[in-house]
Amino acid sequence: MSSPATTAARIDPRGPRFAAALTTIVLAIALLTGSAWVLLAQATVFATGAALGVQRSPYGLLYRNLVRPRFAPPAELEHPTPPRFAQLVGLAVTGVALVAAAAGVGAAVEVGAALALVAAFLNAAFGLCLGCELYLLLHRLRPAA
Amino acid sequence: MLCFPAVVESIGVRLAILVVILAAAAAAGLWRRRTDGRARAVGGEVRLTAADLGAELGARATLVQFSSPACAPCTSARRVLSEAAEAAPGIAHVEVDAADRLDLARSLSVLRTPTVLVLGPGGQVVARASGVPTRPQLSEALALAGA
Repeated sequence: MSSPATTAARIDPRGPRFAAALTTIVLAIALLTGSAWVLLAQATVFATGAALGVQRSPYGLLYRNLVRPRFAPPAELEHPTPPRFAQLVGLAVTGVALVAAAAGVGAAVEVGAALALVAAFLNAAFGLCLGCELYLLLHRLRPAA
Repeated sequence: MLCFPAVVESIGVRLAILVVILAAAAAAGLWRRRTDGRARAVGGEVRLTAADLGAELGARATLVQFSSPACAPCTSARRVLSEAAEAAPGIAHVEVDAADRLDLARSLSVLRTPTVLVLGPGGQVVARASGVPTRPQLSEALALAGA
């Protein structure tokens, strides 16, 4: 079962949830204001998370430097891959919304923000592992060997 | 005609939409939390053999866990299930990588990981649960297999 994805250094599981909480707030602001700039800022954060891992995205760095030092170390560490995959999903949703908004589609910013908001909220509030949920479904979509 | 963009000019409407979205998401999250790990009985028509699984079946019951790599809930499920298998004789814990065995995942309608199938002594699938079962939930699941 070992692969490059599973041998990356494990991370504090509270980091991605903190990032998800900040994401929820930013996306709520995007929804309330309809601002494409706010959505673009969040999409950029998603992009850094997808490329470098949540721990090296702006929210992750905030967590590591401001929040984590105030608490005891986590009981367990988790794989960085599922949160990173969730960032990629967030980037896809907000990216499509921004392209649609640029093309003049009405309420594209709000709809994109709302969809990404639900995922971020579920992760922040319930620890729902979006990567775990989608991983198998995506594999199953491939034609049977 | 009610023009959608004009209606959502109002911040009050947007706030209401936000609240509704979060409430619906919270309800879904709570529902998922309630059903996670809970075993439901299934017909028992489907049978798995040791050859299917690549491992011996338990004399009284087999706990088949479908997992994915880097899946944190799968690690928790593994702990609960293997503890139960070690604690009671005749109960086997078999772990399957769902992506490695897509054939099994498809035929058994496994959509997410972790998914646990409870097999009776003859390998018949008598119960299934998705998400991480607690120890009481696992005991209930094993009871469905008569173990």
